[in-house]
Amino acid sequence: MAATALPSQQTAARAGRSPLRMLKNLFFPVAPTYLLMIIPAIVLFTFFIIYPAVQGAFWSLTNYVGYGSAKFIGFANYKAAFADATIRDSYGFTLLFAVVATLLTNAVAMALAIALNSKIRWRAGFRTIFFMPMVLSGLIVSYIFTFIIGTSVPIIAGAIHFAPLQSSILANEHLAWLGVVFVASWVAVPGAIIIFLAGLVSIPSEVYEAASIDGASAWKQFTSMTFPLLFPFFIINTILSFKGFLNVYDVVVGLTGGGPGTATTSVAMTIFNGFFSGDYAYQMANAVIFFFITLLFALFQLSVIRRRGGSL
Amino acid sequence: MATHVTTAPVAAPLAAARRRRPAPEGGRINWGLTIIVAIVSLVILIPLYFAIAMALKSPAQTGAGTGFNFPWPIQWGNFRTAWDLTNTPLAFSMSLLVTVIAVAGEILVSSLAAWAIVRNWDHWQFRATFVYLMLALFIPFPVVALPQVKLTSALGLDNPFGVAILHIMFQLAFNVLLFSAYIRSIPVELEESARIDGCTTLQTFRRVVLPLLAPIAATVGIFAFLQSWNDFMMPRLITANPKLQTLPVVQYLFQDQFTTNFNVAFASYLMALLPTLVVFLLAQRWVVSGIMRGSIK
Repeated sequence: MAATALPSQQTAARAGRSPLRMLKNLFFPVAPTYLLMIIPAIVLFTFFIIYPAVQGAFWSLTNYVGYGSAKFIGFANYKAAFADATIRDSYGFTLLFAVVATLLTNAVAMALAIALNSKIRWRAGFRTIFFMPMVLSGLIVSYIFTFIIGTSVPIIAGAIHFAPLQSSILANEHLAWLGVVFVASWVAVPGAIIIFLAGLVSIPSEVYEAASIDGASAWKQFTSMTFPLLFPFFIINTILSFKGFLNVYDVVVGLTGGGPGTATTSVAMTIFNGFFSGDYAYQMANAVIFFFITLLFALFQLSVIRRRGGSL
Repeated sequence: MATHVTTAPVAAPLAAARRRRPAPEGGRINWGLTIIVAIVSLVILIPLYFAIAMALKSPAQTGAGTGFNFPWPIQWGNFRTAWDLTNTPLAFSMSLLVTVIAVAGEILVSSLAAWAIVRNWDHWQFRATFVYLMLALFIPFPVVALPQVKLTSALGLDNPFGVAILHIMFQLAFNVLLFSAYIRSIPVELEESARIDGCTTLQTFRRVVLPLLAPIAATVGIFAFLQSWNDFMMPRLITANPKLQTLPVVQYLFQDQFTTNFNVAFASYLMALLPTLVVFLLAQRWVVSGIMRGSIK
């Protein structure tokens, strides 16, 4: 590393006395080409992500409606947001959904990864089948499932006289969220399987042979060997899927449209509604609250990964 | 893993053939588990069969049934109707436009930035830049969506170009992470010898570094392709003109008209799903190893 820095240090030493050059050397004491490589990224990133973020945080302290003038109103939006049942319910649904979907996705993916890594026939073919949902649009998959869950399943349930499914669960405000969990997991499971498979491949098969010789049952092998060895991958999967599920939008739009009523309205949906309802500044306050929840979770993620000594 | 990707065009069929021969390596085949896996795979296959069956029927054939009945005689006309109704070629072009710009842009912007950062890690300015770019990991789209819509429309970027730019920006942090982890594993000596031979910084990057980055660039490209092609949130909110919408958003916009004929709707869904599915089936090895590399890093 020191050797590469050499040419750039020479550049710095060669630098003249002009104030502009001194300023440049203070901030980026390297060859100009490197600056050309990094500055576009910095400028675009600042302009398209950081600037809107700061601007949004500022609007959240006003009564801005999306156009025209605005007045500074302090933390009134935040106070109102905390007292707003619609917003509270959207957090309730989103968190419940994210936790349950994360658990379901991980459990199913781990079981399938172990099955797809064992000595089964047509293993490559089965892997292809189970990976497929990963590349499909969540929105369109949801539209397909809307018809299956909303129309086909009740007809089948009616034919076999299975009462709980005779009416669409998507129309039931207490059960609709389960449909969202199912479809969101259906889309997310393949990615999790791939990560678990990467973990399983790294476990040497000799370990299992030794365990079978010692008479360990399959369940015992799972609880005392496979699961502990897969634990780091379980953490990665939990973080990745939870993060994705917190921003749930496509599946809800496709499956329930946020309903029945507002039973499955996610936080992202509530924020976006700020456009259409004129609650611009109000929903920006909601977005800032959402940011802090995401941040809290991301910091937790970083600390977990750092403890593992990972590179992320 | 890395060699698979770089040499894949030649090696992929070979590797596939090699993989097939010594089935599950040694030992007996677990038939019980095979049957269980086969049954569970129906959870994936049945919805896909359902979508295909629906797309190939007339409303009369669907009737008041479950939709699972076999489509006969097959109604290919549904695809034609959906094609004309939703103007599939236009939506497809928009999806392609967003995806191509996003894939190329993500690879270019993040590889350049990552290389400059890693090779100047001794300077605090570059370390600070790295940390600064990583901020994006903590900012999901919904948080900045409202101001971004105003910003892009003020700039005249409320179109596929704006969507592609935002895709590049939101993935920047993750891509820089992937690239910089990979660049750290490339020996500096290669670049030094290029410099001694008289290469400028840019030439060194283009002729020496970029070719070495091919495997990780493939990973970034695959992620970018899948995300940009399937994204619904950003194009829906950013693109103002419905005529310039991507395939998934078009399915959303046509929901009202689809309710009169579900079979045409499913034909339209299938056409929208097909591109990623075909790419996946053709390049499964790359996609899977790319995602593995991307998520483990």
